[in-house]
Amino acid sequence: MKINDLAQMGFYLVILVVLAIPLGRYMAKVLQGEKTFLDKVMGPLEKLIYRVCGINPEEDMNWRQYAGALIVFNILGIVTLFILEMLQGHLPFNPEKLGAMRWDLALNTAVSFVTNTNWQAYSPESTMSYFTQMAGFTVHNFASAATGIAVAVALIRGLTRRQAQAIGNFWVDLTRSTLRILLPLSLLGALLLSSQGVIQTLSPYLTVHTLQGPSQTLALGPVASQEAIKLFGTNGGGFFNANSAHPFENPTPFSNLLEMLFILLIPVGLTFTFGHMVKDVRQGRVIFGAALILFILMLALTYGSEIAGNPLIGKIGITGASAMEGKEVRFGVANSALFATVTTATSCGAVNAMHDSLTPLGGLAPMLQMMLGEVVFGGVGAGLYSLLTFVILTVFIVGLMVGRTPEYLGKKIEGFEMKMAVLAVLIPSACILLGSALASILPAGTSSLANPGPHGLSEMLYAFASGSANNGSAFAGLNANTYFWNLSLALVMFVGRFGVILPLLAIAGSMAKKKIAPVSAGTFQTTGGLFSGLLSGVVLIVGALTFFPALALGPIVEQLLMWAGKAF
Amino acid sequence: MLRTAGRAFVLLLIMTLITGIAYPLVVTGLDQLIFPHQANGSLLYKDGKPVGSALIGQDFTAPGYFHGRPSAAGKTGYDATSSGGSNLGPTNKTLLAEAGQRAAEVRRENGLAANAPVPSDLITASASGLDPDITPAAARIQVARVAKARNLSVAKVQTLVNRYTERRQFGFLGEPRVNVLRLNLALDALTGR
Repeated sequence: MKINDLAQMGFYLVILVVLAIPLGRYMAKVLQGEKTFLDKVMGPLEKLIYRVCGINPEEDMNWRQYAGALIVFNILGIVTLFILEMLQGHLPFNPEKLGAMRWDLALNTAVSFVTNTNWQAYSPESTMSYFTQMAGFTVHNFASAATGIAVAVALIRGLTRRQAQAIGNFWVDLTRSTLRILLPLSLLGALLLSSQGVIQTLSPYLTVHTLQGPSQTLALGPVASQEAIKLFGTNGGGFFNANSAHPFENPTPFSNLLEMLFILLIPVGLTFTFGHMVKDVRQGRVIFGAALILFILMLALTYGSEIAGNPLIGKIGITGASAMEGKEVRFGVANSALFATVTTATSCGAVNAMHDSLTPLGGLAPMLQMMLGEVVFGGVGAGLYSLLTFVILTVFIVGLMVGRTPEYLGKKIEGFEMKMAVLAVLIPSACILLGSALASILPAGTSSLANPGPHGLSEMLYAFASGSANNGSAFAGLNANTYFWNLSLALVMFVGRFGVILPLLAIAGSMAKKKIAPVSAGTFQTTGGLFSGLLSGVVLIVGALTFFPALALGPIVEQLLMWAGKAF
Repeated sequence: MLRTAGRAFVLLLIMTLITGIAYPLVVTGLDQLIFPHQANGSLLYKDGKPVGSALIGQDFTAPGYFHGRPSAAGKTGYDATSSGGSNLGPTNKTLLAEAGQRAAEVRRENGLAANAPVPSDLITASASGLDPDITPAAARIQVARVAKARNLSVAKVQTLVNRYTERRQFGFLGEPRVNVLRLNLALDALTGR
C-alpha cells in the first residue's frame, strides 16, 4: 500500500461527492419539470419535438402505458440498430469501407447497446464504420441511459404519489433526461477529454512511416463525442477494442480521473436526487451511504489483491509491480484497480486494464459487483431502481425480524410488491447461474475459453454476469463472437434489462395507488447509519448466498492455487 | 399500439439527428477549432513528415533505440488498427513462460546478470498493446546499451532520459513515465540521424 495511491483514491471520492451533490439537485429539478437555466434553449426544442412526434406532454401514464411505451421504443431501437449495422457498407462516413457483419453479431450488438450493456464481441476499429458508431451507438448510449433515468423517476413517483393511477410520461422523461442532463454533460465532457488528447476526426485511418520503420496505421475516428456519453451514460462500449486503455480514448492520468468521475457522477447524483424528490434528503443519504460502504469494501479487495500482485511473476526476478500484465504504465496499479471497481460498481463496463489478466481476487470484486445486481451506485437510473428493490427487501426482512408492518416512505409493502421485488432479484441471478452452467457443459461454450484451469470458469461466469447486469466489460480472452455466445448473451442482456424494469414499473404502479400513512411509533426508521448498514448487509447476504459456490470454484480457488505456486 | 410505435419511431429519428449526427459533428467542429493537435491524434513530426502519434507506442527493436513494452496488438505487436491485451490469466503457463523469456532477453540485450531483477513493465504486455510509455526504471536499464550503440556517453543518454521522464500529472496523478517515441526522436536529433 502506498500513500500516493490512497491519496489518489481519496481525492477521487471527495471530488465525486462534491460534484454529485449539486448535480443531484439539478437533476431533481429537471425530472420534476421545474425551471432550470437551460429552459431558454431546450424548452422550445422540446415543444417542437413533442409536436412533431404527436406527444402530449401533459398526458400522465399508468404503469402499463408507461411500460408499453418503453418496450416499444426499445424494441424499435434494437430493430433499427440491427438494420443499420447490416447496411453500413452502403452508408456514408465509412472511409475504411467496412461491410456488414454476421447476423448473430449484429443482433448481439444491437441488443447490447439498446440495453445499456455495450458488450462487444468484435473489435470496433476493424468492424464498425464511423456512421454506425455515431448514428447507431452514440444515439443508444444516450437513449439507453435516458431509459434508465425514466424508470428510476417513474418508481420514485410511485413511491411519493398518494392514491394515484399515473406515474408520469415516458416520452417526456426520456426527452428531458437526454436534452437537459446527458447532452450538456457530454458536450462539456468531450471537450475536456479532447484537451488531454482524445481524438475527434472524421478523417480516414492514417498510415505513417515510423521512426524505426516500416510503418504503422493509426485507427482514428470521432472518439471524444462517443467517449463522453459512453461514460456519462454508464454504457462502456469502447470506440476501440482496448476501450479506455487505448491512449486515444484515455491518454493521461487526468483524462483517467475525468473518466472515472464521468462514470459515477450521475449514479451518485441520483441518490441525492431521490432525497430531493421524496422531500427528505436523509432518505437519499441513507442509500448513498449503503452504496458507499459496498464501494469501499470492493475497492479495498481489488486494490489489495492487485498491489499484492502475482507471486508467479514475482519469481522471475522483477522490480516494480508484479501484476502489470494488461495494465498501462501511465495508470499503474492504483488507477487500474480504482477504474475496475468504478466501472463494475456501475453498469458502465469501460475498462482501462484487461480484467482477464487481473489477479483472481482482483477480478472477483468486479464480478461480484455485477452479480449483486449493479447496486453499488449502479448504472444511470438502473442503479437507483435496483437499490430501491433492495430497500424494499430490507424493509420487509427487518420488519419481520422486529415484528413491525413493513412500510417505506409511509406506504405499506405488501405481497404484490414483495413478489415483484423478488422477481427483479431472481431473474438476473438465474440468468447468470443457468447461463454459466449451460456454457460449461456444452462444447460450444467451453471451446471459446482462452485460459485453462479455474480461470476458464471465471471467464464464463464473468460473461454471463456482465450480460445479465448490463455491464458489458469482459474477461476478454473469451472468444465471444460465436453463434452460441452471441445468441445466449443477447438473450441474457435482454432478459436482464427488461426482466428487472417491468417488475419495478409494476411496483411503481401499485405503490402509487396506496395511501401514505403518517409516521407512528410503529414505523421503522429508514434513515440513519443503521439502515445504511442493514441495506448493504442485505445486498451482500443475498449476493453471497446466491453466488458463493460458483465464485469458490472460479476466482477463489484460483487465488489459493496461485499462492500455492500452481499454474495451468 | 400502432400510435405508440409511430411516436417511438419519430422520436428515435429526432434523437438520432440530435445525438447521433449534430452532437458528434458539433464536437468535431469545436475540437478541430480549439484542440486541433489533440483532435487529430497528437502527431509527432520529423523533417516535416509525421512519424507517429505521441500517444501511440511503436515497435522498437534496434539496440540504438529505447524499447517499449511487449505488445499483444495485432499479430506482430503495436498494430494500431488492432488494439488489445493478451488477456492471459494470472495462472496461465503461457503468460509465465512468455514473461520468463522476455526477462531473459532483456537481461541478454542489456548485459545484465542472469538473476538481475528486470522492471516488470518490460516483461508484461500492456492493456492496449499501444502503451506509449515505460517506467523510468525500464528506461534506466537500457541507457548503457543505447549509449554504446550510438557512441554516446552514458551520462549524456541518462540526462536525456531524465529530461523526458514525466512526473505524476499535477504532482500526484498516475505514475511517473517515459514516452518512448519522444525519447527516441530526441536521441535521433542528438546524434543527427
